[in-house]
Amino acid sequence: MGLEEKLQQIQARALEDMSSAGSLEDLNEVRIRYLGKKGELTGVLRGMAALSSEERPRIGQIANRVREEIEARLEGRLSQLKDSLREKRLSAETIDITLPGTVFGTGNLHPLTTVTRQIEDIFLGLGFSIAEGPEVEMDYYNFEALNLPKEHPARDMQDTFFITPETLLRTQTSPVQVRTMEKTAPSLPVKIIAPGRVYRRDDDATHSPMFHQIEGLMVDKRITFADLRGVLQVFAEKMFGPETKSRFRPSYFPFTEPSAEVDISCGMCGGEGCRVCSHTGWLEILGCGMVHPRVLEMSGYNSSDVTGFAFGMGVERITMLKYNLDDMRLLFDNDVRFLAQF
Amino acid sequence: MMRVSLKWLRDYVDITIPVRELADRLTMAGLAVEGVESPGEGIEKVYSGKILQISPHPNADRLTICRVTLGQGEDLNIVTGATNVREGHVVPVAVEGARLAGGLVIKKSKLRGVESRGMLCSGQELGLDTSVMPSDQAHGIMLLDPSTPLGLDIKGVIGLDDTILDLELTPNRGDCLSMVGVAREVAALLGERLSLPDTSAVGSGLEIEGMARVDIIDPGLCSRYVARLFRNIKIGPSPAWMQDRLRAAGIRPISNLVDITNYVMIELGQPLHAFDYDTLKDGHIIVRRAEKGEKMVTLDGSERNLSEDMLVIADPGGPVAVAGVMGGLATEVTEKTVNVLLESAHFNPVSIRRTARSLGMRSEASSRFEKGVDPVACLRAADRAARLLLELGAGEVAPGAVDSYPVRSVPKTVVLKPGRVEHVLGVEVPGQEIVSILRSLEFTVNDSGGELLVTVPSHRQDVFLEEDLIEEIARMHGYNRIPYTLPAGSGTIGARTPRQSLEVGVKDTMTSLGFYETVTYSFTAPSTLDRAGLPPDSPLRNVLRLQNPLSEEQSIMRTLLLPGLLEVLQRNASRRTTDLALFETGRIFLPSGDGQLPLEKQVLAAAAMGSAPSGWNRAGQPHDFYYMKGVLEALLDRLGLRGYSFAKESGHSLFHPGKAARVTVGEAVIGVLGEIHPDVLENYSLPQSVSAMEVDFEVLAELSGRPRKYRPLPKFPGIERDLSLVVKKEIPAQDITRTIRKSGGQYLQEVRLFDIYHGGQVPAGCQSMAFSLKFQAEDRTLTDQEVNGWMTTVSEALAGQFGAGLRS
Repeated sequence: MGLEEKLQQIQARALEDMSSAGSLEDLNEVRIRYLGKKGELTGVLRGMAALSSEERPRIGQIANRVREEIEARLEGRLSQLKDSLREKRLSAETIDITLPGTVFGTGNLHPLTTVTRQIEDIFLGLGFSIAEGPEVEMDYYNFEALNLPKEHPARDMQDTFFITPETLLRTQTSPVQVRTMEKTAPSLPVKIIAPGRVYRRDDDATHSPMFHQIEGLMVDKRITFADLRGVLQVFAEKMFGPETKSRFRPSYFPFTEPSAEVDISCGMCGGEGCRVCSHTGWLEILGCGMVHPRVLEMSGYNSSDVTGFAFGMGVERITMLKYNLDDMRLLFDNDVRFLAQF
Repeated sequence: MMRVSLKWLRDYVDITIPVRELADRLTMAGLAVEGVESPGEGIEKVYSGKILQISPHPNADRLTICRVTLGQGEDLNIVTGATNVREGHVVPVAVEGARLAGGLVIKKSKLRGVESRGMLCSGQELGLDTSVMPSDQAHGIMLLDPSTPLGLDIKGVIGLDDTILDLELTPNRGDCLSMVGVAREVAALLGERLSLPDTSAVGSGLEIEGMARVDIIDPGLCSRYVARLFRNIKIGPSPAWMQDRLRAAGIRPISNLVDITNYVMIELGQPLHAFDYDTLKDGHIIVRRAEKGEKMVTLDGSERNLSEDMLVIADPGGPVAVAGVMGGLATEVTEKTVNVLLESAHFNPVSIRRTARSLGMRSEASSRFEKGVDPVACLRAADRAARLLLELGAGEVAPGAVDSYPVRSVPKTVVLKPGRVEHVLGVEVPGQEIVSILRSLEFTVNDSGGELLVTVPSHRQDVFLEEDLIEEIARMHGYNRIPYTLPAGSGTIGARTPRQSLEVGVKDTMTSLGFYETVTYSFTAPSTLDRAGLPPDSPLRNVLRLQNPLSEEQSIMRTLLLPGLLEVLQRNASRRTTDLALFETGRIFLPSGDGQLPLEKQVLAAAAMGSAPSGWNRAGQPHDFYYMKGVLEALLDRLGLRGYSFAKESGHSLFHPGKAARVTVGEAVIGVLGEIHPDVLENYSLPQSVSAMEVDFEVLAELSGRPRKYRPLPKFPGIERDLSLVVKKEIPAQDITRTIRKSGGQYLQEVRLFDIYHGGQVPAGCQSMAFSLKFQAEDRTLTDQEVNGWMTTVSEALAGQFGAGLRS
């Protein structure tokens, strides 16, 4: 058998051995068997010394071609084997992705806090700051300085818890108005909201003896009723959605004049009328008005130069509307099955 | 609440718009219509019928058979169980196919073998409110006026063909607690004319002069007192039309005379009182304050102790009425009354309110006086009553009236600058419209060179200021015609204060650590202090007490937040949620000195029971002391608080004495944490241990505001070494850590306890603790030899101080 033939044979066998090699080890053996120092191809090349000088370059060329061919195939087979091994490993590592994820206990803010923050953020964006005041309050700040002298019939609107004849649990966040104006006067503007707990002697499905209000107050040189309407319309849209409409109804609060109650279009029925809005299409959300001149005067402002508006809303009411709650007591029961829904 | 009968209202004003629209217009003008009732709706085929004959039922003792005529058609035999009907009575008769209140349909039926072709009806079956019906008629068959024509639709006969508007009035609009008051608003809204009721009454017989005398001793509390005298009264029922109207207004008809006083009160808003003239001594009315210790028996039969700040109506023999609140029993109008002295007076609202409240007697009269009635209307109201008395033929009217009017009501004049209207409302209302609105509400307007001089009508006791007029203009102009604008002027920046941001941060951190926020009441039961195990001398037992709590359970202001959370845990546990973590931020109330407001301290409290959520691949961490400590550390770290330390706290009654700690920064105590004392767990019926903390927000706020500064990242690698030692169990880990830090040299950056091991080869009473120490320099790489040296120093220090042995 001539060398040329032998080389052909080696190539054929090497290729066959490589394709049947099932592991990297087998493949390495194949490599050593043919290309190693003692490998078959090396052996053939060693025998080239005996060839004539005409034959040698020709056979040398063939031998190189065979080596290249084997090496190329070796490379290809190697990556082929690696791929299939990786695939095997990956498939063996496959997990049940439908098992539940690791449980993290995440708590929740109380819905009243969530809603309070939303309201605060709207008014912070409008340039209001947040003021606070005591929950145990003097009769003076809760009533008298708000134009509600003792024996005023409007005191009936707010059944009061008393601590002493002169101190009480505030029935509204409005005393923060007075405290803020007293501190600020005669500087302008006053632009605050005042969220907080308030208390009234009332307890049923729609009343709680403790609840939350957010008060708003803006006092400056030229504040008008139209401004009040504008600010509250912005609030209504941000809080309840851009399509929300608001309407003002005349009402009465001793500390504002003119006074109004504000309704928003019912989000449930879009104003068509439904159970939630008692078929009126409107939902009452807050009371407001222009700060009564007497309140301005008592707090240190000259009511002929300065005007202002004030508003007050019940956080529970708005929370109940936002989440479609039907019983206020749920908000204070703190059942975790309830709290976890928000 | 004012119930307005539309039929009645039409006496004073033409109403040409549908009732729904009227209700809307009133609501949008400030008289909120809360409901519109049509009491007769659904009632059909019920007619007035006369009972011709009553015969016994052959098969039933309790039933009778009435032969009834409706005036035409054939007579009907109707079986009834009613006992109050007699032959000749005119009653409501429901015929076959009739519909009653509540949807009941009447069919021809047989009762004990006798055919019945309809039903005789009670007021209740016709939808009348039995609480405003004479008691004998409330449940028996309703007896109609015998002169009622037969065969009429019953709705017209008993006033069910009416519509009632329920007005929810604001306290300033006392003037609308009357039909005429509401009619005045309607007239102004619709541009109609208001017609007032007829008050002309022709007197007869002797003048009142000489028969009655009125002395007002305290004109501050009674500015006017009008008396009229009625003679030869025939007490009896008032006519059906008057009864229907009173019922519609929610008032029970009693007798013609009492009904007249109530009718006028509803019509004109002026409360009246009728005395039996012959029981008054000398016909002499004295309006004075009660004397100390004076008593009288009021109409309801109870004896009242009067005090000197109460106004009474007296005769020379003593008090005969609590002025404006309730009459006296002795001078009450009865069936035997022949002569009546009628009172129409104006009392001080504050005094009436105070008296009614301290006697616990609120009446239709007192609630009107409180809100301020028209002082000018006293005489008109008395005259109207006289007129009605004559119309009803219930008696004679003595000519004249005694009108004691020591404090004459002076009309108020308010200056209105039209510019001010725009200044306040932000919209220009034309001058002409301003004038016409005010005039439509009976204000008198005079133009005085640009300013308007506006005189307030006497029925508007709520109008004093220019702003009050502006409100009148705004509400009649229409609130919703005022545009939306945004305030002009200096811009302001809205931002939370650092303290407010801290609260936001604390809440967010707590929720991200798995805690649910709760909101509990600020008041609690006195027994809470015992359940929390507070010792008798605890300062937290000094609480604010409510004077008028709703219940004992809500009668003191809390001085601790945790008991509220324990209650919440208990409630959830009783609903089978036993793994949970809660927190609340809120105020506690610590009394200060006399006349001072209490100190209100913001507190963060957290409580956790059971364990953190677990899953198939992770066990739930128990909510024990260390869990809560970790939560607090995480919170403090998040707030950037450094240098806090824990000290054993064995004296806090809420906590287990061996599992509680106090957290301090320097001298300041941030709060306490621990596991709840087993006794307290038992007091709250908690099924398992609870860990908790209460943190003083004020201290937190004070300490956490410090700015954070950047520290350069290390440029050279650090070297970590582990150190395992065996120490006595009672040696606090904090002490060991401190010793390691002190002895570890300047390059020791971090000491971390990563394992604790008992048992095995560790001697009893000891434990093995494993620490990881990290050494690092800012300017070079440390060598092993250096670190070995420091480790040796540390081991020696530990051995010397705690007798700690190294474990290899």
